[in-house]
Amino acid sequence: MLLEAPFTEKKIRALKVGDRVEITGLIYTGRDAAHKYLHDGGTPPVDLTDSIVYHCGPVVVKEKGKWVVKAAGPTTSIREEPYQGPLMEKFKIRGVIGKGGMGPKTLAYCKKVGAVYFHAIGGAAQVLAKCVVDVPGVHMAEEFGSPEAIWEFQVVRFPVVVTMDSHGRSLHDAVQAQSEKKLKALL
Amino acid sequence: MDAKLLQQNLLELIRRTSTDLPADVVQAIDKGWRREQKDSSGKYALEVVRDNIDMARRISQPICQDTGTIIVYADLPAWCDEPTFIKAFEKATVQATKKGYLRQNSVDSITGKNSGTNLGPGSPSFHVHPTRGKTMKVRMMLKGGGCENVSCQYSLPDTRLGAGRDLEGVYKCLMDATYQAQGKGCGPGILGVCVGGDRGTGYVAAKEALFRKLDDVNPDKTLAKLEKRVMTDGNSLGIGPMGFGGKTTLLGVKITHRNRVPACYFVSIAYMCWAFRRNGVTMSETGKITRWLY
Ligand code: SF4
Repeated sequence: MLLEAPFTEKKIRALKVGDRVEITGLIYTGRDAAHKYLHDGGTPPVDLTDSIVYHCGPVVVKEKGKWVVKAAGPTTSIREEPYQGPLMEKFKIRGVIGKGGMGPKTLAYCKKVGAVYFHAIGGAAQVLAKCVVDVPGVHMAEEFGSPEAIWEFQVVRFPVVVTMDSHGRSLHDAVQAQSEKKLKALL
Repeated sequence: MDAKLLQQNLLELIRRTSTDLPADVVQAIDKGWRREQKDSSGKYALEVVRDNIDMARRISQPICQDTGTIIVYADLPAWCDEPTFIKAFEKATVQATKKGYLRQNSVDSITGKNSGTNLGPGSPSFHVHPTRGKTMKVRMMLKGGGCENVSCQYSLPDTRLGAGRDLEGVYKCLMDATYQAQGKGCGPGILGVCVGGDRGTGYVAAKEALFRKLDDVNPDKTLAKLEKRVMTDGNSLGIGPMGFGGKTTLLGVKITHRNRVPACYFVSIAYMCWAFRRNGVTMSETGKITRWLY
């Protein structure tokens, strides 16, 4: 299904674990440095209300005066577990994209705030880079360095799967529980 | 020997490794894709993976942006000594980084500074051996960080798993490692495994086992049986591509062994992601590539 900006609470609440979603609109990258900065009280350089944050350290180069994304796969999300939930609440962030899933703290905030976790396909650097059609801006590049900067990505039909929804469900928990049962039976 | 030609060929080896997955890996991914249920998230994940593989090859760009640890194995005949080879490979590495086939991926562990060239202590990771033959053989692998983080080592006996010092115990370790990894190592994954050795040689041998082709059969009948069993049972866990659930959790299991001291029994597991970038070439004394190994 398609999900287009603005990413309102209503649209996000309608999503369920297992939904395959193609995102179109403006999203922001942010990884360790950005999350820590915001968590420590830093002012966000962009308006994060109803936004989607992408855990990604992209490879971006300037070609003919324009930013071009060369690789844009997701990075492991669990590193942001201490920060993610409170930031969702404080800034009304409606979704994060990453890989590997996140923990119970983030899941609880997803329910409370009305937000979801989107799982991108780990390693699919080229397919995902192609979905970024424009890079209108970049923030904090000086302070954080290029991979850690907050990049503005205009994406079209960016493919993800909802693995944690705003109703308290996590595909990661479900798959883990089911595989654990299977494992126990085998051992 | 033509040092310039050698360097050129090594650059081409790096380019191919980073941008073009070998046929046996693509076949295994395709097989998994066919097996996954229609309209499932697992199938969808493998669809994106397949598109990504095609696209990276077409535009000659890295399959994944984490171009990983550069692991190099070289068998050097008398016509090329070790310093000559290493120098040529290092130059090729710097060039490949400039051209974007490799990301700047080598960080000083003490200062946190990125060398920017992929060179530094232990980077690339060289395993160079002299050979009596006339042919030079160079194999390499790019091992990403996500899958390295879910690699693991067991010391048997293991009370938690109820795993003793026998092949049944090894089986339990491999199943547990597959379960623990879930989708976090960008599965479907490949297990390179070493039974025995010390902690160091065990991990090295486990990675070496990954140079075997995915569709080969272990000449050791006992290990072949164990590999098959772990493949079948590992896939039955239902973890699936990316941990989304599904039938394809493992693409391969490759087991080797090393002698151990009586007091130790290690099982070392190198988990490799679907972006299984490995390749190799043979070269003649003129410096010409005579064969691609994968
Ligand atoms: S685990 Fe492999 S596919 Fe995943 S991000 Fe790392 S290198 Fe890429």
